[in-house]
Amino acid sequence: MADVMAKDATTAHADEVPLLEAVGITKLYGDFVANDKINIEIWPAEVHALLGENGAGKSTLVKMIYGLLQPTAGEFRWNGQPITLSGPAAARQQGIGMVFQHFSLFEQLTVAENVALGLDNASLTGLDERVAEVSKSYGLPLDPKREVWRLSVGERQRIEIVRCLLQDPKLLILDEPTSVLTPQEAEQLFRTLRLLRKEGRAILYISHKLDEVRALCDTATILRGGKVIATCDPRAQTSQSLAGMMVGTEVGAVRADANKKIGLPRLMVRNLNLTPDDPHGVKLDGITFELAAGEILGVAGVAGNGQDELFAALSGEVLADNADVIKIDKHDVGRMSINDRRRLGAAFVPEERLGHATAPRFKLSDNALISGHAASPMVRRGFIDRAQMRAFVDRITKAYDVRKGKPDPEAMALSGGNLQKYVVGREILREPRLLIVSQPTWGVDAGAAAAIRQAIIDLAGRGAAVLVMSQDLDELYEISDRLVVICAGRLSAPRQTRRADRGEIGMLMAGVGMKGSTHAARA
Amino acid sequence: MRLALERRGERSIFMALASPVIAIALTLAAGAALFALLGKPPVQALKIYFLDPLTDAWAIQEIIVKATPLVLIAVGLSFCYLANAWNIGAEGQFLIGAVTGGWLAVATHGTDAGYWVLPAMLVLGALGGAAYALIPAVFKVRFGASEILTSLMLVYVAELLLDYLVRGPWRDPKGFNFPTTAEFDPVAAMPMLIEGSRLHLGAIIALLIVIGAAILLARTLKGFEIKLVGAAPRAARFAGFNDKTLTVVTFAISGALAGLAGIIEVSATVNHLQPNISPGYGFTAIIVAFLGRLNPIGILIAGLFLALTFIGGETAQIALKVPLDFTKVFQGMLLFFVLTCDTLILYRIRLIPAPKVAHGIR
Repeated sequence: MADVMAKDATTAHADEVPLLEAVGITKLYGDFVANDKINIEIWPAEVHALLGENGAGKSTLVKMIYGLLQPTAGEFRWNGQPITLSGPAAARQQGIGMVFQHFSLFEQLTVAENVALGLDNASLTGLDERVAEVSKSYGLPLDPKREVWRLSVGERQRIEIVRCLLQDPKLLILDEPTSVLTPQEAEQLFRTLRLLRKEGRAILYISHKLDEVRALCDTATILRGGKVIATCDPRAQTSQSLAGMMVGTEVGAVRADANKKIGLPRLMVRNLNLTPDDPHGVKLDGITFELAAGEILGVAGVAGNGQDELFAALSGEVLADNADVIKIDKHDVGRMSINDRRRLGAAFVPEERLGHATAPRFKLSDNALISGHAASPMVRRGFIDRAQMRAFVDRITKAYDVRKGKPDPEAMALSGGNLQKYVVGREILREPRLLIVSQPTWGVDAGAAAAIRQAIIDLAGRGAAVLVMSQDLDELYEISDRLVVICAGRLSAPRQTRRADRGEIGMLMAGVGMKGSTHAARA
Repeated sequence: MRLALERRGERSIFMALASPVIAIALTLAAGAALFALLGKPPVQALKIYFLDPLTDAWAIQEIIVKATPLVLIAVGLSFCYLANAWNIGAEGQFLIGAVTGGWLAVATHGTDAGYWVLPAMLVLGALGGAAYALIPAVFKVRFGASEILTSLMLVYVAELLLDYLVRGPWRDPKGFNFPTTAEFDPVAAMPMLIEGSRLHLGAIIALLIVIGAAILLARTLKGFEIKLVGAAPRAARFAGFNDKTLTVVTFAISGALAGLAGIIEVSATVNHLQPNISPGYGFTAIIVAFLGRLNPIGILIAGLFLALTFIGGETAQIALKVPLDFTKVFQGMLLFFVLTCDTLILYRIRLIPAPKVAHGIR
């Protein structure tokens, strides 16, 4: 790996200074070293990738650059001068902008109003025109007068970007920007970023998607365990070699069982219609499909097209209008509670790890009860058995390599990837006969993602029926046997994943060629 | 240089325990300053207020007597607050418990009813308090009405109802027109623990309820449900718990305990119904619940401490000639400080050095 350490690019900048330089940045949380003597140089007109597993220290570093955290030791230099960034306002003043993975937008307000709320010296007069102008000149189409709740995730991200651009930043930080975008939307974002680079702005680009980094970035800094492992030109690397540096070992492809058996249908959904309580929710329209034992069915789709509503209906968090529209084996479960469905052997992994799958401020052992109290020896005659709960956490920890600071921390204290391994492990260790999982590897590093996908495939190999909803098409192509697309609350006809054409799936995700609900109901 | 709050990775167990202690210290400091402003010697005043009652056997008894209703009500409130249901109307449920339980004492007055009267009164008191608490709970669940407002407003309804009863239909005909019912018969009075003292069986009942609540919260699935619904409503729905049902259940428990406290109070210390049977126990219990960390054992300790402020207030009124309302000032400051200090459980205070002049903010 030493060869990639020697960065030939530095010689090109020999007589100049970097825009931002981190020198020996260290951040301690108690005894835990989140960042260990990080050195990084970001030059003007450079797209600089920050790569690393979850928990590698990327977020910590970026938060320090944006002034949200203060380093324990080390120094930042801005145009060669030492600088202290006391907060995000100070960072913005210097010309550092950031687009977070999770947006902070008010749904009921318009695009322009949201932009104004994010500016340090906001005035609504003339803002509409400025927003329209910036969005036009950077290829980020936006209507300033539209309310945010009407917008797609991609459009919402554009608001955040426009908000940053209005402050004329010299350095723009993007945290996993494409994790919520369709391939087409991502391509549009890349065009914008290249335009920004041309103007001499620097971009710090955090991503797990290695192909993207190789296509877009000039330099990549790879973090592992809080240290800089390598700085390299990603275009000269393969995705495999980048992943290897991130994880420390070569990442193997997921093993699929070539001669597994597909059994009888286990989950049958027939003409499921559901109007959401939430006025901003998506109406489920004639959802019909079958899922067999041993099969993995992938549900592709852009976020906000009814995945949440479908998950809630299948899990029983929201009850269907009729009992017989959803069947597990021979049981009509449409009006059954989530716990009764669990007692029939079903298990559920929602998209949101914190707050939905787990209570953030509860210990892992307490969180084990959330899905486990319905059918497990952890509860006897209304009394809970703490020893059993802790033992279950230990089993999950061992089986899924959950890394944590102490034996039984709060869910919040775990990194995203480790918490996801815990949540998936919690359900799979119960050996469910049916698993419904949404976004199993969202925001999870390559190593953890591979482990989770393997666990899902192994579960299906043992005869369970698995439904995976994901926005990551690569993931669905990797693990699913059959593929359906959800768009605007409707489901496409299923196709064999191996024969499914990517272009066609992409069109279906965008709603082109989707059949009407009446047809789907008859199918 | 400026101060900033930084979010902790995990909640600090140490600060959760230290916060009430810091809050008490700050209350004492602020109290000393107030005494000084009133021209009273602050150290001596604090001694009279908080230490003298502890050296007197009679005062210690009185502290336990006053702590009994506070602890009973606060344990019930803690269930509500843990489950994110904001019952502010325990004072009203306390009064209604006294009324429904006291009704039996009034109805059996002068008859030869046996020893079943007192147990039946306790049950009626708890049922009355629970039923009264169900009004705001059902309005919240059914119509989305703010339980904070409805439960608070129902306090005044209860006060006026009690007032009407003791001035009207239930007034003692031999009571010289005072607004009071007849004295309860011996079978309707709470037995004393020690002959000739005011220490009554209610203290033991409160202690048993504390132990029961501690076990329920720490060891049972119901306790887990209460905590989960309050802490993470979406995760609670994922766990299959119904937050609406739980709102109704916790309000009922809380109302039952407040009602029980009410009937215990009148059958043990007042011995008849009259308009002023509570010096605001239902409101003070809110402070007890938070000072006690919404934990039954903590509530037991906090209840004894708040009872001390009642007794100390009376002593100070006599010895220092300060108004009795000083007690309320102390209790108010205590709640303010404990809620403020609770910030430190999830956040730590950090000094942020001033940015260097040359490169910092303009």
